[in-house]
Amino acid sequence: MQEAIVRFKSRFWPDHLLGEILSKRWTETAIPVIVLLIVGFALSRSIDGFLSPVALADQARQAGEIGFIVLGLSLVVIVGGIDLSVGSMFALCDFCALFCLNILGLPIPIVIIATIACGALLGAVNGLLIGYMRLRAFITTLITLIIYRSAYDLLLVDYSNRIAASFPDFPAWNFIGGGDVLGVPSVAVAYIVVAIFGHLFLTRLRPGWHITAIGGSRRSAYNSGIAVRRTIALCYVASGALTAIGALFFAARLGTVGGDVGIGLEVTVLTAVVLGGISLGGGKGSVAKALVGTLIVLLVTNGLTTLSVRGGFQRMTLAAILLVAAIIDIRWLKNRMRIISKVYVTPAYNFLPPPPPTEIGAGGPFEQNDKLRDVSLIGLGRIEAPEDVILDRHDNLYAGSRHGDIIRFFAPDYEKMEVFAHIGGQPLGMAFDKHDNLYCCIGGMGLYRISPDRKVEKATDETNRSLLSVNDDSRLRLADDLDIAPDGRIFFSEATTRYEMHEWPVEGHEARGNGRIVCYDPNKGTTRTVLRGLKFPNGICVASDGQSILFAETFRCSVSRYWFDGPKAGKVEMVLDNLPGYPDNINLASDGNYWLAIVGMRCPALDLAWRMPGFRNRMAKRLPLDEWLFPNINTGCVVKFNEKGEILESFWDLHGANHPMITSMREHRGHLYLGGIANNRIGRYKLANADPDFVQYDKRWGRA
Amino acid sequence: MKLGRVSQQGIVFAIFLAMFAGFAFFLHGFATTANMLALLQNVAVLGILGLGMAIVVIGRGVDLSLIATLAVPPGLVLQMVQDGSSLSLALTAALLLSIAFGLVNGWLIAYAEVPALFTTLATGLFLAGLGQALLFKLDVVQWSAGLAGFEKLGQGVVLGIPMPIIVFALACVVIGLLLTRTRVGAYIYAIGDNPFGARTTGIPVRPTIVLQYVLAALIGCLAGLVMAASVNSMPTRIYNSTWIYDVILVVVLGGIGLSGGRGGVLNVVIGTLLIGTLLNGMTIMDISYSAQNLIKGMVLLAAVIADSFLNPRNEETAQQGDI
Repeated sequence: MQEAIVRFKSRFWPDHLLGEILSKRWTETAIPVIVLLIVGFALSRSIDGFLSPVALADQARQAGEIGFIVLGLSLVVIVGGIDLSVGSMFALCDFCALFCLNILGLPIPIVIIATIACGALLGAVNGLLIGYMRLRAFITTLITLIIYRSAYDLLLVDYSNRIAASFPDFPAWNFIGGGDVLGVPSVAVAYIVVAIFGHLFLTRLRPGWHITAIGGSRRSAYNSGIAVRRTIALCYVASGALTAIGALFFAARLGTVGGDVGIGLEVTVLTAVVLGGISLGGGKGSVAKALVGTLIVLLVTNGLTTLSVRGGFQRMTLAAILLVAAIIDIRWLKNRMRIISKVYVTPAYNFLPPPPPTEIGAGGPFEQNDKLRDVSLIGLGRIEAPEDVILDRHDNLYAGSRHGDIIRFFAPDYEKMEVFAHIGGQPLGMAFDKHDNLYCCIGGMGLYRISPDRKVEKATDETNRSLLSVNDDSRLRLADDLDIAPDGRIFFSEATTRYEMHEWPVEGHEARGNGRIVCYDPNKGTTRTVLRGLKFPNGICVASDGQSILFAETFRCSVSRYWFDGPKAGKVEMVLDNLPGYPDNINLASDGNYWLAIVGMRCPALDLAWRMPGFRNRMAKRLPLDEWLFPNINTGCVVKFNEKGEILESFWDLHGANHPMITSMREHRGHLYLGGIANNRIGRYKLANADPDFVQYDKRWGRA
Repeated sequence: MKLGRVSQQGIVFAIFLAMFAGFAFFLHGFATTANMLALLQNVAVLGILGLGMAIVVIGRGVDLSLIATLAVPPGLVLQMVQDGSSLSLALTAALLLSIAFGLVNGWLIAYAEVPALFTTLATGLFLAGLGQALLFKLDVVQWSAGLAGFEKLGQGVVLGIPMPIIVFALACVVIGLLLTRTRVGAYIYAIGDNPFGARTTGIPVRPTIVLQYVLAALIGCLAGLVMAASVNSMPTRIYNSTWIYDVILVVVLGGIGLSGGRGGVLNVVIGTLLIGTLLNGMTIMDISYSAQNLIKGMVLLAAVIADSFLNPRNEETAQQGDI
């Protein structure tokens, strides 16, 4: 009864989604958004007409002006700096705009250009000092704050009366200051345009990536060839230019050059940046965060003003919010990965009945023997991690290697070897198509094709995205084994969509159905997922009818059959259930049956633990990774089975001294070639009653 | 690289001497005993604040809330005495407020790991707001009869030397001994030099950082008391001024690198003298306040550029995002 509840919960309670949601980057923005909603809700309850169109339009106007400055500062913070001089630059740009318009009487487009150029120039001073001369951003912009402010004060003495005396009246200028487009204030429209461009710039364009890279790690960015100094300098220029745009709208709206313009603005803007969740110190941040931060600060300050809170309380509230936000931001960034690693692994219920006996003397098809003890070895010490082995019709032997190569051993003695092709990722399952192209599953990369003239091409590395999955499962993480249907379609297994290749033991600990089978059609160039929810699907072999595949599910200890064509299309049937070990690759045998590699044997402790998700969950949370219960990869064997699900024969190597592990086997001209992902050799075993002329290519594609 | 051996302290001292000689030669009324005492008296408070900032900066931090601690706890003393409390009670309250404030700063920086810059920016804002909202009735807290005798701290003269100068000198001696003769002082230098290394060698980094900010808050409070005693009131709006930049100027100009681990009391004294001379000379020359700020800013910029050439940032121990 209790187990039934556990099984039910494991099946329908989506606890694995928590870790997947948390590992999304937008969760970093989720907290500021929640704060914004709370603030907005609280204020709309306590202030009448807070959400009326007039009030909203007014808010939007201010939000736009400050928003531009926040965007500029965000850019600087993302690149790893800070700009405290924005308030003074704002004042100077405001002065510049009004000076050009009221005193020089320049036309409006020139005024706009002159103001933005003024901001960019002021920013360029910062950029030169910080980017090229490598001064400290904080102290430098603090000084330019003083210098710009005193320059503004000096200019004000001379010109404030003349500026205040003239009242320019141009429709275009008034539109900038107070106009709207379909009810949306002009400044908000401009802000939206700039913000969308800024988002695309930061997330899609190369300079944006450079900025994030420099903020993330300045030295690494330099080492990878990014023009660090220039990029940093340009960020300050952009900050100045964006501040100028904000000042332009401010100047058009109010038309004043008071002594207090821009005083303390840097604190407001900085608060917005920090509240939005743009981390101080660089490398993280987005336009959405800048926008959210701007809105929170504006709502709080305007709300408190409307509620006629005294200045002192307003300061205290603002300071308290800034501090709490900074603490949460820093704690969250520091511990987010730890939290994710605690909740990402969510073990599931995986029931297996007691395994069939394998002991010597116990009888049965799995009874242990020592037939593989004396296999002869190929390439000892010269190859690493041949997960799969395959032979072409000229008897040459191919195997993958850990270094991302496919190695070819030449017939007849397999002494001479060469790198057949370099791919870059670990080659796993392999198969030849009719035209001698070698298709190969590459862990972490996808499905690759090597033509007979050794040209390496990517066949596919993505499939259709599942509608309801949280993780983006369109990318192939761990393509494992494949086989090719008579019409050329390639069916390959992807062992897991939740972990990377080196994390396969974690997948074994979790034992959830995270794997799938994907079909790539080279004729149409399409890739489609055909089966989902499999527990580490591994070996794949097209069955004798040419309309179905046999596939092994490693952590379900079973082999199933899936029909992709014919009357039973879409059906899945169990062929072998409750194996005593973890099945790996499946391949054709010369007598029409199939070879199956068993990579490791089950053990009662893990079988029991697989029925106790809570137990494994605690283990995953409290113990270091290398002390979790993982599936064994110990003594394995090769078995021969038929489509009816009968085990015909088994071959063991009890001591594992000569050929320690087995992940695949391939029959060729009376011999069985053995591969193992942890081996530095390939095994060759002489089969007693096998067809001495059997070649897999001929069997599959006909004698050439 | 003989040139590299010239410390910034030496350069600044040379500039100070040159400037002093220039003013003394060209400016009428500069090189008089009265003006010298006035010069020192004017910068004594700044110098005391500089000592507080120096402790924090040597430990690779920064304290922007010094002006708030200068204004609020001493303002509290004046306000409480005005409201009828005894002077000792008021002083105790101010002391406790300063210590509590320093503890909060230190906790946020050392334990919550919020960058010092942002912590002190926000806590300074908070303390100023607290004073404005809850503690003071008026922006300028006035002197009251209960404080009789206390004004000697700011206006007294001992052996012909004004009291603020004596307080500054005493503070210099105490802080100097703390930094050079005690274990805590050595810890502060070690932390400023390489915080991770200090932690690895077993220095109690976090408690020491907290101590730095408590000391800074206490020194800020002392400076505020001296200031209040010399002008017979506490203009709490001083928080809105750009005074904190002057304090940083004193420290950086004197040669205490912002990357920490370097400098000492002597640097603060030299920085203070230079600023005092500069301000005094400019005042005698009747330069406007804004122009004085502009010149100050330029001098500060030159000092920072010189500093970055003489004490280049150590990229190995500089934290990521160490702005």
